[in-house]
Amino acid sequence: MNTDKNVGRPISRLEGREKVTGAARYAAEYPLEGLLHGYVVSSPITKGKIVEIDTTEAMAIPGVVDILSHLNRPKLAWFDLQYTDMDAPPGTVFKPLYDENILYNGQPVALVVARDFETARYASTRIVFRYQQEPHQTCLEKHLDKARAPKKGLATALKPPPPPPTGDFENAFENAAVKVSATYHHGTEHHNPIELFATTTLFEGDGKLTIYDKTQGTINNQLFIANVFGLHYKDVRVLAPFVGGAFGSGLRPQYQLFLCVMAALHLKSNVRVVLDRKQMFSFSHRPPAIQQMRFATDINGRLTALGHSTFAETSNFEDYTEPTSNWSHKLYPAPNTLFEHQVVPLDVYTPMDMRAPGGSTALHAIECTIDELAYQLKIDPLELRLLNYSDADPSAGKPYTSKALRECYLEAAAKFGWDKRSAEPRSMQRGNKLVGYGMATGIWDAFQFPSRVQIMINSEGKMVVDNATTDIGTGTLTVMTQIAADELGLEMADVEFRYGDSKKPFSMFQGGSAITSSTGVAIVVAARSLRKKLLKKAAEMNDSPFRKAKEEEVVFSSGHIHLKNDPAIKISLKDIVAFNKGAAIKTTKMGRPHMLKLRKYSLATHSASFVEVEVDRDLGTITLTRAVTAVAAGKIINPKTAKSQILGSMVWGISKALHEESIMDPQLGKYINANLGEYHIPVHADIGELEVIFADEKDSLINELGTKGVGEIGLVGMPAAISNAIYHATGKRIYKLPIHFDELI
Amino acid sequence: METYPPHPHPQEMETHLVTLKINGEHHSINIRPWVSLLDCLRDHLDLTGTKKGCDHGQCGACTVICDGKRILSCLSLAVMKDGAEITTVEGIATENGLHPLQQAFIDHDAFQCGYCTPGQLCSALGLLSEGRASSREEVKELMSGNLCRCGANVGIIDAIMQVKDGGSDE
Repeated sequence: MNTDKNVGRPISRLEGREKVTGAARYAAEYPLEGLLHGYVVSSPITKGKIVEIDTTEAMAIPGVVDILSHLNRPKLAWFDLQYTDMDAPPGTVFKPLYDENILYNGQPVALVVARDFETARYASTRIVFRYQQEPHQTCLEKHLDKARAPKKGLATALKPPPPPPTGDFENAFENAAVKVSATYHHGTEHHNPIELFATTTLFEGDGKLTIYDKTQGTINNQLFIANVFGLHYKDVRVLAPFVGGAFGSGLRPQYQLFLCVMAALHLKSNVRVVLDRKQMFSFSHRPPAIQQMRFATDINGRLTALGHSTFAETSNFEDYTEPTSNWSHKLYPAPNTLFEHQVVPLDVYTPMDMRAPGGSTALHAIECTIDELAYQLKIDPLELRLLNYSDADPSAGKPYTSKALRECYLEAAAKFGWDKRSAEPRSMQRGNKLVGYGMATGIWDAFQFPSRVQIMINSEGKMVVDNATTDIGTGTLTVMTQIAADELGLEMADVEFRYGDSKKPFSMFQGGSAITSSTGVAIVVAARSLRKKLLKKAAEMNDSPFRKAKEEEVVFSSGHIHLKNDPAIKISLKDIVAFNKGAAIKTTKMGRPHMLKLRKYSLATHSASFVEVEVDRDLGTITLTRAVTAVAAGKIINPKTAKSQILGSMVWGISKALHEESIMDPQLGKYINANLGEYHIPVHADIGELEVIFADEKDSLINELGTKGVGEIGLVGMPAAISNAIYHATGKRIYKLPIHFDELI
Repeated sequence: METYPPHPHPQEMETHLVTLKINGEHHSINIRPWVSLLDCLRDHLDLTGTKKGCDHGQCGACTVICDGKRILSCLSLAVMKDGAEITTVEGIATENGLHPLQQAFIDHDAFQCGYCTPGQLCSALGLLSEGRASSREEVKELMSGNLCRCGANVGIIDAIMQVKDGGSDE
């Protein structure tokens, strides 16, 4: 890095003005000429076949332009691989309107296209469908007999299966001095960003399309559309300048994109398709899971055996997996381990990554089990974790590039006032409320994807940085601008980061808390090359004082190159570009993880969450009064937006522990609370006092920036901390989420 | 098979002339009675700052200020509001710049994706003019009709409290 004038400062979001004035336009908000409106019809049955579709009445409604179904859709690619995407699990990708088969409830079965939204929606109710139903299976508990090992595929690289067994687990557990065996149940959750999934397609003719889409990956969706519809990828441009939340749901192209593009190509028109809230429950979700935990310690509290078996739902067409049973041994050393992860295929849509996939479900079970051991051992829960603390990753036998979890524990405990906790359950109260303190650990991946950026200095001496990533609300625009400004010694106002556009250089989808490390590192790498180019050009200028200057002898600052020894000797970047006949000086570079070097290490972020709850003695109602989460995630580029990521994740933790669940009716095979009135997420009144601490964690190994990502780690420890606090308050251990008041009376 | 109650046939549905004063500007539009105020703003007047999150009155993203009161524009038909005075997020800023509440939202990082933000802002302005909320707890309770999935709750309430306590809640 050249300077760190901007990196590390709590800078307000650069797109803030657009977002508070309503100027920010999201995918459904482009008023194109002659825009047609598509409304999706969803299957009311869960499994079977469409026998008949009668569109006579609907087609006769004035304003209806077309109704597309498997019966009359345009010809499509048939080869599975053409439908694949960067986040597709092993299996056969779901192909909308492909044939008469119904694979899950809510599956799109037709698209009504009309001149206005109301007519399209009305016409959708006047189509007559006849279905032939077949028996379905949608209940995880009932169909555990179908559990099997998941298929392996490309996705396995990011989501490795659990490590093989070590020692003699069964024997060690059987004969252990202290042990806990428990089964945890987690329900389905849906991402439910407040923005509805939407696509607006501009039909440009000559096979060219410009698509405004709700996505976390512009290039992922560009390639998907080009492959499926047989277009040249250069003719498909996907734009997502603003994304109204996604949380994983935008990692794969969703069916509204497919249907919108199909209609636009078929009708040679501009088309918009927006899903309704109920349909937001019809693609991807966090899978329900059953976890069997068996942990044991010696009489002193040292873990001797870790056993974690997970049975999670997947669809009948793809094997979705998420890392669950992998985590305990990354935190705690134990000589005897047994881990497994199996999938149970059911008649549902394929689950998908949802903020901290796997980790938030697994760490709840792991950290509650550790808590239970602490009570058996009569050791303070924090002390038990410190007793089993490991600087290295026991599961891989490798050191971490950095691990400041101990600091997280101690700093958060001090801030929270953990020392004021009395050990016994039901021993603290406030009026009619039972008070509980609980804590838990969080751990999450520190991913870095390959990313390519183009950076240039233009004739005004300003810097332009291009990359295809999105900013889904994480602060990416601001963070990248900070990094880029420091690399070239510019003011942030003189840097423009252009993103959310598949025409820009390659970025993976924005997921896995990875974009700051991915695109940020690419900026660092490209800036290194651009500084060289600029210095070389400066040396060519007449009477240049930089003719013999080496890179290490100059500094980039205030829009100039200066000699380090004599900062008064300088030349402006603007003059260098002018000397270049006004042509921008630019470079394009790829940032990559240092695989060879990093192979010797494990990479992870860590956190510690401390929570206070009040439980009404008579009514069982739970109030989260306050929580402190300390996070070790390497260098924090922007403490303001990073803090918001952690606060937001903590709210997600509260939601997972106390509020949200999609309720599946196994008789009907569908979610019966598919709306925001009955699918509860926390409202303002549900949120107590939340505090965030960033532990000082310098990591010179992980990447050029020393960053690890903050999008998910804040969620991971919270559900267990809340559950443990509820146990401390009430003496009741609830082995499921969300926890409801009726379970506490 | 599902059945639906009979609708009037769209052909029989005449358009009506509706006059709305939006952000100080008069708009006269011919509109069918089945168009919600929300869709009228977004699709007919290109005022897309007002957001659709559920179309059901459950999320609050579509909150606008109508004749001085905060309402959910998805639960009103445009024809019901003939003659009404409406303020949307596009009309909050003054000629001199952002409204103090907008600036407070930026300063407190009271949003991430920004999609619920227009509704939170309009709802908060409505709340401030109602004069009902005095404590932080009351503000939280009376803002609870506006969901935020990013979890920016702390920043949102901090921003509202700052403006409320600063007396800039005209």
